[in-house]
Amino acid sequence: MVLSASLLYGLCGAALIGLGLYGFVVHRRLIRRVLAFNVIGSGIFLLFGAAAYRDPVAGSDPVPQAMIITGIVVALSATALALALIVAHARLARSDALPEDDRSGDPDEGRP
Amino acid sequence: MIASIFDLTLCLVILAAAGAATLGRDAFMAVVFYIVYGILIAMAWLRLGAIDVALAEAAIGAGLTGVLLLAALARVARKAGKEPASAASVPATTIATALAALVITIGIAYAFLTLPEPQGLQGHVAENLAASGAENPVTAVLLNFRGWDTLLESIVLLAALLGIWTLAQDEAWGGRAGLRHVTRPGSVLAQFGRILPPIGLLVGVYLVWAGSKQPGGAFQGGTVLAAVWIVTIMAGLMQAPRVADRALRAALVIGPVIFLALAVAGIFAGAFLVLPPAHAGWLILAVEAVLTLSIAATLAMLVFGPPEPEEKR
Amino acid sequence: MIDLFTIVMTAAGLIFFAAGTLGLIRFPDTHSRLHALTKADNLGLGLIALGLAVQVPGPADLFKLILIWALAILAAGATAQLVARIAAPAGLGDDEKAQDGGSDGQERRRP
Repeated sequence: MVLSASLLYGLCGAALIGLGLYGFVVHRRLIRRVLAFNVIGSGIFLLFGAAAYRDPVAGSDPVPQAMIITGIVVALSATALALALIVAHARLARSDALPEDDRSGDPDEGRP
Repeated sequence: MIASIFDLTLCLVILAAAGAATLGRDAFMAVVFYIVYGILIAMAWLRLGAIDVALAEAAIGAGLTGVLLLAALARVARKAGKEPASAASVPATTIATALAALVITIGIAYAFLTLPEPQGLQGHVAENLAASGAENPVTAVLLNFRGWDTLLESIVLLAALLGIWTLAQDEAWGGRAGLRHVTRPGSVLAQFGRILPPIGLLVGVYLVWAGSKQPGGAFQGGTVLAAVWIVTIMAGLMQAPRVADRALRAALVIGPVIFLALAVAGIFAGAFLVLPPAHAGWLILAVEAVLTLSIAATLAMLVFGPPEPEEKR
Repeated sequence: MIDLFTIVMTAAGLIFFAAGTLGLIRFPDTHSRLHALTKADNLGLGLIALGLAVQVPGPADLFKLILIWALAILAAGATAQLVARIAAPAGLGDDEKAQDGGSDGQERRRP
């Protein structure tokens, strides 16, 4: 079977979703979780776009493209709100992690 | 289209950048890699023939999200004294998570391989393009065929901004939005902030104007305009607006309000959100113009963040 | 003939990009890394833009290409200046350091 571009990018999207999920669960810092969540999101967009591109003879399908653009903007809105919540949480709790993660965490691990 | 070596290389580099962004230890480096990753994803969209998406991804996905993450990192570092561990210290959890992520990846890949034959909507869009008032099919879908999505999306943006503003401290309410910056008058950044705005304004307006015929549109153009505003404030040439400013608030809501009014007026032409084909062309352009203003203002205010109490540094 | 010019120019540009990237990875401190990156990459960008300029269909596209080149050079120069100022060792342009960080001082986190 010949590897088509849509198949390649579709598989790439699937791998990005897995990678993002891993980061989302493993990280304690909330900002890192938001970042991983965005990786999952763009992986889903890529999967969607690649699925729409399987028949390139018919020309690229504008409906999924428009939905992905909408999705990118909504993802940005959600990210902005999440980050503002994280900053507010850091102001009140003096921490960048949820309380249940903060107690068991080793503060020296993961420093630059 | 058969995948070329370029596609394969691009996918590998995308995965490497995503890996560095999700698995790396240092949070600042992770964010930098995320921005690189966004630009690479935009190139993938170009390869998939989705130029409008590539523009949106580069401007919004990589640029603005990156700026938001960087600003949040700096603010959190100021407020939270210590950094918690970046990764779970229990190896069993890590291994279980990795296995679960792998299973999910394989499951999605399998589902992708076994998808039924594509039955795209490009035929329907092409048939009705003449009645939509736009020559770029993506713009036609965004502002006419699927106008609902775009209307609600502009309201979601506004809702996110309201959510962020509710997080302001009481004593700061009504003050200038968070981003404050002091630059030496003759510095490079100040000069850059002087040269960029005229070009950026032109590019932003051009993207909106071109959007009806070529790739581009209100969201891409609005992002460029927001970026111009952000750079001007970062360079210290302007101050961030007060959140209680009436002109600012009008700019924030004018796009959704006009779009909604037009949608309601569509009832007289047949149904909610119906654009009469004879006038669709200029109506789309008018909606895009006011939407661009609102999107630019909202995106910039999302980046500036909630108003903060006057300096206590 | 025109194609050959494009191939030679973009290939030369890519070599400069590769050299700049090598410098970024191999050089020991921020300033020499910036030196390698800004010099080599700006030249590489210029060569690639020149190579592509002979391929464009009309003057409007040529104008866009020149605009992209100019903006990239401008942004690269300004960014490099900011990074260098943050990384400046004590006594070298240090007085400006405090006032001229990036937004919210995030560049200061650079190692």
